[in-house]
Amino acid sequence: MAELASTADHNNAKRNRWLSAPALISIVIFGILPLLVILVYSFLRPANYGGVVWKFSTEAYSSFLFQRDIFDDTLQFTPDYLIIYARSIGFAVFTTLVCLLLGFPTAYFMATRPPEQRNWWVLLITIPFWSNLLVRTLAIMFIIRDEGLINHILIWAGFIDKPIVMLYTNFSIMLGLLYSFLPFMVLPLYSSLEKMDFRLVEAGFDLYANKRAVLWRIIIPLAKPGIIAGCLLVFIPALGAYVTPLILGGGLHLMIGDLIAQQFGSGRNWPQGSALALILMAGVLISLFFYVRNTTGKMHHG
Amino acid sequence: MKPKNAAIEARGVSRVFAAKGQQAVAALDDVSVTINENEFFTLLGPSGCGKTTLLRLIAGFDFPTSGEILLYGEDIAMLPPFKRPVNTVFQNYALFPHMTVAENIGFGLEMLDKPRAEIDARVAEMLKLVRMEDLAARKTSQISGGQQQRVALARALAPKPKVLLLDEPLSALDYKLRKDMQIELKRLQHETGITFIFVTHDQEEALTMSDRIAVMSKGHILQVGSPHQIYDEPSVRFVANFIGETNFLNGTVTKKGRVKLTAGPEIEAAGSASTGTVTVVVRPEHASLTTAAKGQLKAVVSNVVYFGTDTHFHVTLADGAGFMVRQQNSGGLAASLKPGDKVGVMIAPGTARILRD
Amino acid sequence: MARPVLDIKSQPGFKTLAILCLAILYIPILILVIFAFNAGDLVMSWEGFSFKWFGVAFDNQEFRNAAKNTLMISSVATVAATSFATLAAIGMTRVKPWPGLAAALMVINLPLMVPEIITAVATLSFFALLAGAFGLNFGIGNIMLAHIVFCIPFAFMPIRARLEDMDLTLENAAADLYASPWQAFKRVTLPLLMPGVASGAALAFIVSFDDFTITQLVAGPGQTTLPLYIWNKIRRPITPEINAISTILILISILFVVASFMIARRRK
Repeated sequence: MAELASTADHNNAKRNRWLSAPALISIVIFGILPLLVILVYSFLRPANYGGVVWKFSTEAYSSFLFQRDIFDDTLQFTPDYLIIYARSIGFAVFTTLVCLLLGFPTAYFMATRPPEQRNWWVLLITIPFWSNLLVRTLAIMFIIRDEGLINHILIWAGFIDKPIVMLYTNFSIMLGLLYSFLPFMVLPLYSSLEKMDFRLVEAGFDLYANKRAVLWRIIIPLAKPGIIAGCLLVFIPALGAYVTPLILGGGLHLMIGDLIAQQFGSGRNWPQGSALALILMAGVLISLFFYVRNTTGKMHHG
Repeated sequence: MKPKNAAIEARGVSRVFAAKGQQAVAALDDVSVTINENEFFTLLGPSGCGKTTLLRLIAGFDFPTSGEILLYGEDIAMLPPFKRPVNTVFQNYALFPHMTVAENIGFGLEMLDKPRAEIDARVAEMLKLVRMEDLAARKTSQISGGQQQRVALARALAPKPKVLLLDEPLSALDYKLRKDMQIELKRLQHETGITFIFVTHDQEEALTMSDRIAVMSKGHILQVGSPHQIYDEPSVRFVANFIGETNFLNGTVTKKGRVKLTAGPEIEAAGSASTGTVTVVVRPEHASLTTAAKGQLKAVVSNVVYFGTDTHFHVTLADGAGFMVRQQNSGGLAASLKPGDKVGVMIAPGTARILRD
Repeated sequence: MARPVLDIKSQPGFKTLAILCLAILYIPILILVIFAFNAGDLVMSWEGFSFKWFGVAFDNQEFRNAAKNTLMISSVATVAATSFATLAAIGMTRVKPWPGLAAALMVINLPLMVPEIITAVATLSFFALLAGAFGLNFGIGNIMLAHIVFCIPFAFMPIRARLEDMDLTLENAAADLYASPWQAFKRVTLPLLMPGVASGAALAFIVSFDDFTITQLVAGPGQTTLPLYIWNKIRRPITPEINAISTILILISILFVVASFMIARRRK
């Protein structure tokens, strides 16, 4: 049914393109162009003090899997980079799962509070969400380092003599990742659950389901868009995490993120860093591809 | 009769929507109509008939694919809405939420650069006209639906437009409020003398308020006339069906003014067709029930529906056709009828009409 | 009134997990903040309550420089990003789809999809190339430009959401009442859009203010922001000064989130 809707001016394509231009141009020049730059750099040779030498080379990519043996000049398969990538993926997957296990009940609980109360809960979760990541990671560091709070209390209470080493380990990174990204899981989940029609839950109970069945057969399937969004919002940043391994991983470069940064810093191998960054980007694009496939499929189901 | 000025005249107006990869849809197909000044004119029809599209074209929110729209002789079809001395009361009122009632009402005059004193005076006048003087300083989100409706009216009337367009303005109101507003709108139209073009799908509303009605369906205007003409002399089946309840009887013309019904008797029927099979329409209130012996048509009662003030008797005629008789509940034979009873139907003389199609 | 036998909304254990979650999120921050008021010199041995470390922080010239830089960068980035985002939102929301609209929306959201470290090294390379090959160096402007890019999508989202919620017939009503397109925008659309714009600006500001990764890789010597300043201080013996500065940053975040919430509440 036709309503007295927008006037013609609104839909003027030329006007709309001009309006969008400043934002789009900024992002194209200072967002997309830089990505092309590192694409080009990844096929060049490193210069001595950082930067690149304009000579074509695929060494950045081949060093991902192979090292040239200095003695007999053959290529040897080196798993070092692969291990770091695998570890990063592992961390990211683990973080996503734990965030989901902890975040879903939290989001659900929040979504089922009475409306006035709900706002307070959202406020409480939003504050860490928008707080400085560096500061929050430092907070974790202060607690788990050798002179940190946990060891301090345990020694003072007499449970142990020497501090337990928690910092600069896989454990510290996993803890840091979990802590950093937990709000990123809760908020999209909450958004999705808040819009849920609870009459469907009532219908479930009416049809003899118990609480567990209602949870698994009704609530979780309905919350699927939120679950997928939350997982993506955790997985991708976790995969490319930089601050967490930097502060909680020490100089060990346990994740891709700070490995890449190191290549551009003391490692003085910009092409290598570019190649590593692009390989990471490929991984992100694959995850996004699955996301798009999953959600568009769902939308057609109605 | 004094010749009236044409306030709005649509000539051969079409509005075709062509979406990519889909069939072109003609929301309006070669529509022509003349709306006189100082008239309460209603566009009536079911959803999708084109009435709102036509209103939008007059208001300026859309442009015709072909044809002209004349305002006092001047073609305004391609003018943007802010250049037309025509104002609209929207279905959802579209009151500006960040302005008070008074600011809303004065908005049009502000846009026309009128001096402050004049604006204030008009706003006061309008508030008095719709009886909302105490609410001038309220925000529009703080008043009731009925009050919002009146503010929308006042806002559209304040700039003294040549024509006022009303897009189903009463549809969101409850029954009692609707009835009150119908009377109110009629009064306003008389007092201001402005031409009102009213869009509705409610035929009862159209009949009670309008000077003339245009019945529309699928992009065409089927009939234009006064409420009496539309009701008593429907020209086509759709109009007869859409307005009020109707009975359709099949028959053959025997001579001018007389039709032999398939249900039995030959009856008097007005209309221009002189030969062939025709459909005759009879309004339920123009028929009455009597004993089976005395009736023009023999029938059997199939259902009795009680409506408080009157009762509808659904009967089956000799040829199997259904027929409905409406009688006021003032006692008598009808009061005791029940399904299965044999009755006779009488058609009041001069009320049967032959349909054109 | 009798208690309902079955609370259809509750699930077993969820309340506990929710509270646990909140505890996990807040306890580390609370500890960090508490020890900012530590009178002692070592971060974890509590020696009484004192504001002294806040004083030490403010006295430090480097701190003040960093604060000044951060405010400058974030203000410029916020104004630019929010303006661009507002224009773009108007051109892309609830309009007839124009050729390239879908791609344009993807471009606007691009900075959100790319992990920060990749953006950081790409931006670094880009500016290095500009400086090396064309001699173009905007100084602190480099950081501002990088910030504008990732702030745009953050400002864009609430403005677009506000536009989608807005009653389109209002603009028609304005036109019907003789407002030209510009007048309709100024008197009706813009005032109603303001809460979204304010929200977007607040988000853009806090995202720029807090940024570490991109700023660290792109910043040159002397271009320190508050997060970078904290990072520099970690490498030296750690004193509660870090806690004090961190507390200041946390307070600013809380301020912005609360402000954002109040803006959103008021429009309802």
